[in-house]
Amino acid sequence: MSAPALTTRNVGKRYFFDSERVLGPLMLFPAVIYIVALVGFPLILAVLYAFSDVTVGDPRITGTENFVGFENFRDVFNDRVFQKALRNTIVFTLVSQVFVIVLANVLALVLSADFHGKRLVRFLVLLPWTTPIALGVLGWFWMLDSVYSPIDYAMRQMGLLGPDSVFGPGRNMYWLGKTDLAQGAVVLVHIWRTLPLATVILLAGLTSIPQDVKDAANVDGAGFWRQLFYIRLPLLLPIMAVAVLFSLVFTFTDLSVSLVLTRGGPVNDTQVLSTWAYFRGIQGGNLAQGAAIALFMLPVLIAIAIGMLRLARRSENN
Amino acid sequence: MAIVETRKITKEFDGGAVKVVKDIDIKTVDGEFLVLLGPSGCGKTTLLRMIGGLEKPTSGEILIADQVVNHLPPRARQIAMVFQSYALYPHMNVKNNIAFPLKAANVDKVEQKRKVEWAAGILGIDQLLDRKPRQLSGGQRQRVALARALVREPNVFLLDEPLSNLDAQRRASARDELQQFQHEIGTTTIYVTHDQVEAMGMGHRIAVIDSGTVRQIGTPRDIYEDPADTFVATFVGSPPMNLIPRDDDLIGFRPENLHLAPKSGADAASGLSFNLTSIRQEYLGSEKLVYGEVEGVRTVARMAANATVPTADGGDVTLVIDNADIRIFDRKSGLRKQPAMATIPTGVA
Repeated sequence: MSAPALTTRNVGKRYFFDSERVLGPLMLFPAVIYIVALVGFPLILAVLYAFSDVTVGDPRITGTENFVGFENFRDVFNDRVFQKALRNTIVFTLVSQVFVIVLANVLALVLSADFHGKRLVRFLVLLPWTTPIALGVLGWFWMLDSVYSPIDYAMRQMGLLGPDSVFGPGRNMYWLGKTDLAQGAVVLVHIWRTLPLATVILLAGLTSIPQDVKDAANVDGAGFWRQLFYIRLPLLLPIMAVAVLFSLVFTFTDLSVSLVLTRGGPVNDTQVLSTWAYFRGIQGGNLAQGAAIALFMLPVLIAIAIGMLRLARRSENN
Repeated sequence: MAIVETRKITKEFDGGAVKVVKDIDIKTVDGEFLVLLGPSGCGKTTLLRMIGGLEKPTSGEILIADQVVNHLPPRARQIAMVFQSYALYPHMNVKNNIAFPLKAANVDKVEQKRKVEWAAGILGIDQLLDRKPRQLSGGQRQRVALARALVREPNVFLLDEPLSNLDAQRRASARDELQQFQHEIGTTTIYVTHDQVEAMGMGHRIAVIDSGTVRQIGTPRDIYEDPADTFVATFVGSPPMNLIPRDDDLIGFRPENLHLAPKSGADAASGLSFNLTSIRQEYLGSEKLVYGEVEGVRTVARMAANATVPTADGGDVTLVIDNADIRIFDRKSGLRKQPAMATIPTGVA
């Protein structure tokens, strides 16, 4: 067999695509288009809106007379509901993250062990992540229904709810109707939703710890707890940071849970920044204030993004 | 110090579908350096891990210091293990790596410090105590792993190919150091390797393992000079023993035992002589290897570099072997035939 003759033309073409200066930008191009169109453009629009007086009825910015400086931010910040939403966003995020870290570690440890039915349990643990958020939250909405909640039914059957019982005398808990229970419910659903991802990330981290290192710890006389706190958790730290950063972003920016579950109620007690931005900006028609509320998330998200980039660089260096 | 013994130890995987270790009986001598030698996948590491308690045997007993330890977890067996990868804890510095077994045993801090310094001193790594494993070379990591094993003052050392990650030059000196180290501390050591040079150079005795069974246990000299079967004969020695079929037997002889026949008045009665059809020669500096065929079987002769093989490549040369250097194996089973000498057919092939 003779090799096909190399013509100048096909040699030139081959080298043209071999060049990093051509191939790199070419490969990056779709991602850049996607980010500019779907992230960059709306972000710039949001910043412009936040400094303007646009409304849903008149969203046009025609000239400098539309810009109002920091007025929107001042108005938004002096609003009691906004302050509540800001506090809720931070508290819900932090509390759910603490639970997610602890539970994800426990789950990952359990799922890394060998037992019968492991695949089924793994599938079930992952299920919340594969369910569309709105659909999942709708499920919880029914579970926590003020009249037909199956949780209430189970509690009644166990004698925990109803006349002369621990949580009685009412026949229902009204999960979404009382402040503390509604806030607890929002946190619970956040945990339920982000736990699978964090677990899978930690599970991947656990399996990446070399078997030899675990064996060495075994031979060196370390029991379960010593191995956990001195070997596994320290080695998991970098990957745990990734899991936490991801969950932080998802929880901090989430709109669906509060919107579907409580619509921010009762009396705005489960309002978060994203729902309040939506209510104020879209439903209330004040697009400018809605944009200003949403922009309050930006500093936290920038900090998280910097954290992620640092982590990526550190793992590259290692 | 302790004697390690395995009795009919067996390890099966997949419900008996795969037998990795089959009925192995091994007993060390107190303070011995025993090498488990075999090709990849022969079951030697599994055997070592079972002794260490990292794998559960399917059947059989493991005894350390006359005590059955099958039910004991690794940490209760008074053993220390050095892994092929060294398995240092990457997030701890050298000092904490070495001290880890002491912390796990709740040894007080003063004693911890003393023992870490003692072990680091013996292995010459005093200067590295504050470094992280990733800042160390392969040889230094190996020493840290040894120091970590040493501080426990174990009854038995289990070493799983600890030199295989070192470059050739460093490996030769590490071999020497390791042997001296074992000699000084006198702890019973079981050492797994697939490298016959390591096995021959370091072991008091070698157990040659293949397909989950022990083919032969003996001193390096026994293993090399009197192999129990054709597997040992061909696995140990480089180039391996030549095996020439003759009736129901295989005639085995080491490449270095082939000599050029004297020009005249050859005393054929004292040994065998063969016509070697030379194919190729390999010059190795102090010696050379002559590759050829005897009766259609590939054969190698090791000769001094200045030996003149009087024919050009492709020509015939007559080579002789002393009777004392000939080993006879059963052609079917591959097992060594005893007594060897009486059955050697004489004469020119």
